[in-house]
Amino acid sequence: MIQLFNVTKMYPGGIKALDDVSIRFKKGEFIFLVGPSGAGKSTLMKLIYREEHPTRGQVIFNGKNITRLRQREVPYLRRKIGMVFQDFRLLPQKTVFENIAFAMEITGASSREIKRAVPEVLEMVGLAHKANEFPEHLSGGEQQRVSISRAIVNRPVLIIADEPTGNLDPDTSWGLMNLFLDISQRGTTIIMATHAWDIVSNMKKRVVELAGGQIVRDEEKGTYSL
Amino acid sequence: MRLRTICYYFREALQSILRNSWLSVASIGVVAVSLLILGGSLLIVLNAGNVADNLESSVEVSIFLKDEATPEQIKEIENKLIGLSEVAQYVFVTKEKALEEMKQDFGEEKDILAGLEEKNPLPDTFRVKTHMVEQVAPLARQFEGLAQVDEVRYGQGVVEQLMALSHWVRIAGLTTMVLLGVAAVFLIATTIRLSVFARRREIEIMKFLGATNWFVRLPFLLEGMFLGLAGSFISVAAIYYGYFLIINSIQVSLPFVPMVSDRDLIILLMEGLLFLGLLIGAAGSMISVRRFLKV
Ligand SMILES: Nc1ncnc2c1ncn2[C@@H]1O[C@H](COP(=O)(O)OP(=O)(O)OP(=O)(O)O)[C@@H](O)[C@H]1O
Ligand SMILES: [Mg+2]
Repeated sequence: MIQLFNVTKMYPGGIKALDDVSIRFKKGEFIFLVGPSGAGKSTLMKLIYREEHPTRGQVIFNGKNITRLRQREVPYLRRKIGMVFQDFRLLPQKTVFENIAFAMEITGASSREIKRAVPEVLEMVGLAHKANEFPEHLSGGEQQRVSISRAIVNRPVLIIADEPTGNLDPDTSWGLMNLFLDISQRGTTIIMATHAWDIVSNMKKRVVELAGGQIVRDEEKGTYSL
Repeated sequence: MRLRTICYYFREALQSILRNSWLSVASIGVVAVSLLILGGSLLIVLNAGNVADNLESSVEVSIFLKDEATPEQIKEIENKLIGLSEVAQYVFVTKEKALEEMKQDFGEEKDILAGLEEKNPLPDTFRVKTHMVEQVAPLARQFEGLAQVDEVRYGQGVVEQLMALSHWVRIAGLTTMVLLGVAAVFLIATTIRLSVFARRREIEIMKFLGATNWFVRLPFLLEGMFLGLAGSFISVAAIYYGYFLIINSIQVSLPFVPMVSDRDLIILLMEGLLFLGLLIGAAGSMISVRRFLKV
């Protein structure tokens, strides 16, 4: 589903964030990206949702070479990808419901579709009763659940999560991981960068380890470290 | 486009305007003032043209003939007048007729003119009207040197001054308008830039969620267009009511000054101003949207 061919990414200033990386992610896989800070995990994910362009090499998404994607086609690529970040990125002046609805409004969804889909995802993450709260009144874990609902409401084929539990305590983190497992079991591909070694070790999913911009390990049912 | 999306654009634009309310008011004000000046000068030019048109019909060239001019020579001048395309109409006034007119002008005091019948000092005269004011002076020059012509006169100066006035009003009004118009465009651009800045986080999130560039831009474009339109509405309202107030008072105190009071023409002018306001707003927001909204 996603293939990187000899991808090198240089940032201005000569920093080589990725160095000749080739890898393939299959549909429905659950992939952990691990590695020390500055290894290039975020950069690899940015190449997939076209926040950054590779300096060399090709990125293929669903059979389409997205390195050649025109700027105005990028939004349509991103609608196929749900994104979850460490800092949640919710709009503070909108309620939980409105935050999720916003992701649908952007795609031009109708009111009827929105009124049907939003409660459904809120139900799934267990926050139906908080629909009309503002994000600042929710705990970190709850805010992250809202952002996960927003990521899945448009039924993406891929979820990209960059340290989604980075700010959360272990219990809350495990709750969210179960949610990601649910989503994964419905056939959605998930790529997650994380430093949470206990989670990675216990989940027994594919683990890709980066160091200095290169892939140093790629195992099915892997653990956090050797 | 869905109704919900359209509502979204308008809601966002309105929120921005309220958030930067002082700058919004300033932008609206500058648009209003610049369009007020444009509209005002256009009306002055329009009226100056109208007055000139009216004067035109009253300006005529008088060709005074010498006493010794023979009927043949008079006929010769008449033929020349007939041959000129710029001549709209002419009359030949004999010296007897001229004296008669003069007596009428003097009215009660016509006794002063008594006894002039025997030795009438007034000349035979051709009074000529041209199609356009600009043709008056050249026409006069054609007859000035002729042997049988004593003197040629016309309302030298008045017409030229009026044309010059309308010319200067046009230039001064246009310059001020362009300067203020540019100021208005940039003030709107600044307002929009602040709106973009206030919403940078939201814009970033929208981009992650897959919003198209136009979806991100449109609320800002609407905001600018609204500011421009609001400004032009104020100027149009002020000009419209102000102008008809002025017309009414002029028609009472100076009834002989011909004012343009054709309502359809004025309304057309106002529509033009509204459109211009919208354009200024759109231009201002486009500048900011292009420069500060790298979507
Ligand atoms: N926009 C940028 N401009 C310049 N250098 C950058 C930029 N983004 C990342 N880098 C550099 O590229 C390298 C890889 O960064 P990246 O964010 O991909 O690492 P990471 O593996 O996600 O690290 P972390 O675990 O801390 O999130 C780092 O050295 C970083 O400083
Ligand atoms: Mg990172």
